[in-house]
Amino acid sequence: MKPVKFEYYCPATIDEAIALLGRYQGEARVLAGGQSLVPMMSFRLATPTAIVDLNRIPSLDKIEAANGNVSIGAMARQRQLEFTPLIGERLPLLGEALRWVGHLPTRTRGTIGGSIAHADPAAEIPMVLQALAGDVVVRGSQGERRVAAPDLFVAPLTTALGPDEILTEVRFPAMPAGAGHAIEEFARRKGDFAIAAIAVMLVRDGERCTTARLATAGIGPVPVRLRDAEAILEERGLGEVAVAAAAQRAAELVEPMTDHNASADFRRHLTGVLTRRAVLKARDRGDVRTG
Amino acid sequence: MSAPVDIRLTVNGQLHEGRCEPRKLLVDFIREDLGLTGTHVGCEHGICGACTILCNGEAARSCIMFAVQADGAELVTVEGLANKDGTLHPLQQAFHEHHALQCGFCTPGMLIAALDYLKINPSPTEDEIREAISAVLCRCTGYVNIIKAVKAGAEAMRAGQP
Amino acid sequence: MSEAGGFVGRSLLRREDRRLLTGEGQFVADLELPRMLHVAFVRSQLAHARIRSVDLSQAAAAPGVALALSGADLRQLLPPVPDTQLSLPSKWTTLVQHEFHNPQQPLLVRDKVRHVGEAIAVIVADSRYAAEDAAALAIVELDPLPAVVDAEAALAPDAPIIHDHLKTNLLGAFSIAKGDAGSALAGAPRRLQRRFYHHRYAAMPIECRGVAALYDPRTDTVTIWSATQVVHWVRREAAAILGLPEARVRCLALDVGGGFGVKGHVYPEDLLIPFLARRLGRPVRWLEDRHEHLLCSAHSRDQLHEVEIGFDDDGRILALRDDFIVDCGAWNPIGAGVPYNTAAHLAGPYKIEHLAVSGRTATTNKVPNSAYRGAGRPEAVFAMERIIDLVATTLGLEPAEVRLRNMIRADQMPYCAGIPYRDGEPIVYDSGDYPRALQQALDAVGGVDAFRRRQREGRQQGEYLGLGIGFYVEGTGVGPFEGATVRIDPSGKVYVSSGACPQGQGMETIFAQIVADAWKVAPEDVVVSLADTAAIPMGFGTVASRSTVTASAAIHHASERVREKAFAVAANLLECAPADLELCDGGVGVVGVPGAAVSLARLAQAARPGWDHGRPPGVEAGLEETHYWEPPTVTWSYAAHVAIVEVDPETGHVATDKYVIAHDCGTVVNPLLVEGQIAGGTAQGIGGALLEEIGYDADGQLLTGSLTDYLVPTAGDIPAMQMLHQHSPSPLNPLGVKGVGEGGAVAPPAAIANAICDALAAFGVEFNRTPITPERIMQRLRQQRLGVS
Repeated sequence: MKPVKFEYYCPATIDEAIALLGRYQGEARVLAGGQSLVPMMSFRLATPTAIVDLNRIPSLDKIEAANGNVSIGAMARQRQLEFTPLIGERLPLLGEALRWVGHLPTRTRGTIGGSIAHADPAAEIPMVLQALAGDVVVRGSQGERRVAAPDLFVAPLTTALGPDEILTEVRFPAMPAGAGHAIEEFARRKGDFAIAAIAVMLVRDGERCTTARLATAGIGPVPVRLRDAEAILEERGLGEVAVAAAAQRAAELVEPMTDHNASADFRRHLTGVLTRRAVLKARDRGDVRTG
Repeated sequence: MSAPVDIRLTVNGQLHEGRCEPRKLLVDFIREDLGLTGTHVGCEHGICGACTILCNGEAARSCIMFAVQADGAELVTVEGLANKDGTLHPLQQAFHEHHALQCGFCTPGMLIAALDYLKINPSPTEDEIREAISAVLCRCTGYVNIIKAVKAGAEAMRAGQP
Repeated sequence: MSEAGGFVGRSLLRREDRRLLTGEGQFVADLELPRMLHVAFVRSQLAHARIRSVDLSQAAAAPGVALALSGADLRQLLPPVPDTQLSLPSKWTTLVQHEFHNPQQPLLVRDKVRHVGEAIAVIVADSRYAAEDAAALAIVELDPLPAVVDAEAALAPDAPIIHDHLKTNLLGAFSIAKGDAGSALAGAPRRLQRRFYHHRYAAMPIECRGVAALYDPRTDTVTIWSATQVVHWVRREAAAILGLPEARVRCLALDVGGGFGVKGHVYPEDLLIPFLARRLGRPVRWLEDRHEHLLCSAHSRDQLHEVEIGFDDDGRILALRDDFIVDCGAWNPIGAGVPYNTAAHLAGPYKIEHLAVSGRTATTNKVPNSAYRGAGRPEAVFAMERIIDLVATTLGLEPAEVRLRNMIRADQMPYCAGIPYRDGEPIVYDSGDYPRALQQALDAVGGVDAFRRRQREGRQQGEYLGLGIGFYVEGTGVGPFEGATVRIDPSGKVYVSSGACPQGQGMETIFAQIVADAWKVAPEDVVVSLADTAAIPMGFGTVASRSTVTASAAIHHASERVREKAFAVAANLLECAPADLELCDGGVGVVGVPGAAVSLARLAQAARPGWDHGRPPGVEAGLEETHYWEPPTVTWSYAAHVAIVEVDPETGHVATDKYVIAHDCGTVVNPLLVEGQIAGGTAQGIGGALLEEIGYDADGQLLTGSLTDYLVPTAGDIPAMQMLHQHSPSPLNPLGVKGVGEGGAVAPPAAIANAICDALAAFGVEFNRTPITPERIMQRLRQQRLGVS
């Protein structure tokens, strides 16, 4: 399987890249890590007329902590993030998720921005963006804008990015120190895309749960926050009964898909199971009093 | 600019220059333009790992990179692992001693992926090795001996064997 | 044969390794031939359709294209692939009631397409990239026909017919019986009936197929390099297709990246590529990509069994009936080979007085079905091992106990099973101790009683552990023959060639060990040539766990004859009687007289024809013999697989906690390599039990067209394995070896299915279909809870 011919551009700046996308009016694709795009091109499922390679644009992979947020350049490699202490300290949920993303050799090339822009419903990084209420910076011919996670993921493999817009930065609020976190993923083999996954962050104050964040991957067309389930934990705490209720609500909330990997019913069932397991794991990992 | 692009890269310490269409996959460039056929094509969609090479010191699947992306890069392929005097790298030697290869088709990818992991974790447990080599598919060995070989190879590397 | 200090029995490291570890191996994709052209195929997007037209004008005019041909173009030029590549001996055909119609597969289809992926046209261009671009320009008009994607549906009266001229989708049927199963079942105190389905999955070697060919006009010779397990079959069929004597066609396999049976027969490309090379006057190569591999290289298994067993209150099997259907896909390249294997292996290690087996082969609009590691045995073992577990469950007995009560014992060997093997000879289990192997394997997991305690404790904590057994016997080393040429090289080294075709088994090493022992030389002094029709005139190839058995026997007999001659020449040179001589250290010497010896090199020279040779009168020139060994029949390996699994009752995930294999393949030439074969086969079997699945939708579209969807087990999916060995040497060949190549893959689906059923016994669920996926487990548990069947 070989890709079709394409025009190849390797711009030195983001603005050049944007101009190129504009010139091709939707027939050009951006190349970041290539771990999703290149196989699609080899299968000729993607046949862009032009490729705009972002890999030579300097300074698109910076990681910075400021004002309670962690900003990560879109071209930061997943592997780079996996081994950056700052990520492990301020965004441990992301650190945990990264170990579920493909395999080490794919994380060598795969980028955080690429994963988010590709928006595979079963991908872990978009799930974490939802769980942590992150946002992205998007730049196009009309300028720059921020898009919050809930507004970013529109449909499977579709984001709110316009045809000449490029995702340049991903920003997460830093997780409170001592927050509990967990990811429970169900896949046929480790490293595969999730059939169902739940990401959890919990902030506790004794028996109370002051902040609960639950997000999904693999279950529906886009990663979603399970707000009702979060509310149950925030109102009723983290005891067995409340957790079970939250898990049941989560299973009711999701709109799972049936595909040849799993049926909607099974995904719905897994939602409940994984939510309960993830919440309990996050509860046990986190500090009783989170600063 | 689907016209051929010039590429300069270092492979196994040697500088190479070439020219190819932008769509040419890196694995094809390595095999055809550079004549280094030790890196194999098992699936061409980035799953099996037989095509794994080191790109700037880190394992990457060369079937899902375009050759042009490797312009200026330093690559290591399986041909670059043995010592200059022809003796095997400790990991290759361990694969040999533990019968960690049968048909040999996944072996170059397996060696590179294992070496990459051992750089990060020079003293892995069996479970850690098992997870690390999950990045490469093998159909012949059932992985049993590969895990033993990586454990032994890691030990030999820690002991500073050449 | 092997004495102290011998090489047979030792875990020599492989001589193949060096080149494979350093990237110096040579697979067909690595071959460089000057001016070589590259091939891509235009493949059908529909499962069943009439071909109205194929317009290759744009494709032929595309950049870099040398040739574009359709089936219609080829029809005048080339006959179809022969319909019975794997012939059945007349001994079998006279004994077994059967009827087979094997449709002849054209090299490119012309009238109809019969599966998604079937090749309609071929493009030859200066690169694969250009060939694919051109293939995309082919304009194919197809008139869709209803697709048949289920074997039972294929045999229904109103089913669309796939091979029109046959007027039926029933490509084959046979039956074999022992005793009177009908009456025995009717009179049995207890009976059980079940349907078992062992699904469609595939060998999936990491190297796909590939064929390169070169035509030499000076000698009117074609050379074919194919990633194949059967170079002599390819040569034979290519010679016929090209209208050349076999002497003008050479087929060789280079390093082959796994075969496992999928590369074990002649495919259309094996014949089309040499035709194109000759027509174009340039080397031509086709390398299959993974997507193509899933679309056109043989799948396997896909058998549905209706089994009925009659037994008594002690669990003794009185009668067994099995009627099964094989979904053979659109073509049937090896005919009765796999289905009859199923029948022959069904009874397994058990004494079954009354047996009736019938097999039907149905064609459907899927990729053709052919042999894959086990080749019909896993399907038989799945049915037998599942139903014997069900007998145990019905009676409240331990599955191990029921097996032991029915097993043929060591003191009953050789045991006549009562039906013929594929070679037409009566099945006789020649040697072995089945109960001991089972006991060994159970002891290795701590024994059944200890496990039941652990299981009970686990259940109290919401853990679901299960123990499952899979036991099989395997006929190995099947005929019709294999050959070996043994020759003393002028250098004094011993040269051996054979028609065996390795794909990772380590045959270069194994045969070097065998020859080294036969000739008292070092393995390094043995030169091995395999997988090359130029190196030996006739050969069969490597399928069916046969190469060590058959080639070792051929080597043995050829060596005996060469040794006789060598001794005659040595006796002449040393002026003694041949009876006074022995092999020693790379030469021949007088017994008890050190120093009175002559090297093999000297003997080779002395044996030459011409002036001043050293041969006594009456001894012909040369120290070379070719022997074709025709096995009397198969020799029987066996193994007990015991799996302990844990099932997560909330997600259906199955983790394998322990996996033990107690195995007997007779004399072991190289223990390290034998364990490698068992491990590899077992991993494939586990994959088949839990992960791997070829999926088709109702329109015959392939759902698993890449390795993203076809789930090959990774290291994370394969447990550690414990292996135990028994050795009951085969009485049927000089070394006493039995085949081991396939065995590992035969038992795991049964062992794991039994373990899962045991783990979930409290829920009363059965799993009689594979793969046993988490979702299917959860569905069954839910159905059981809801009281729905």
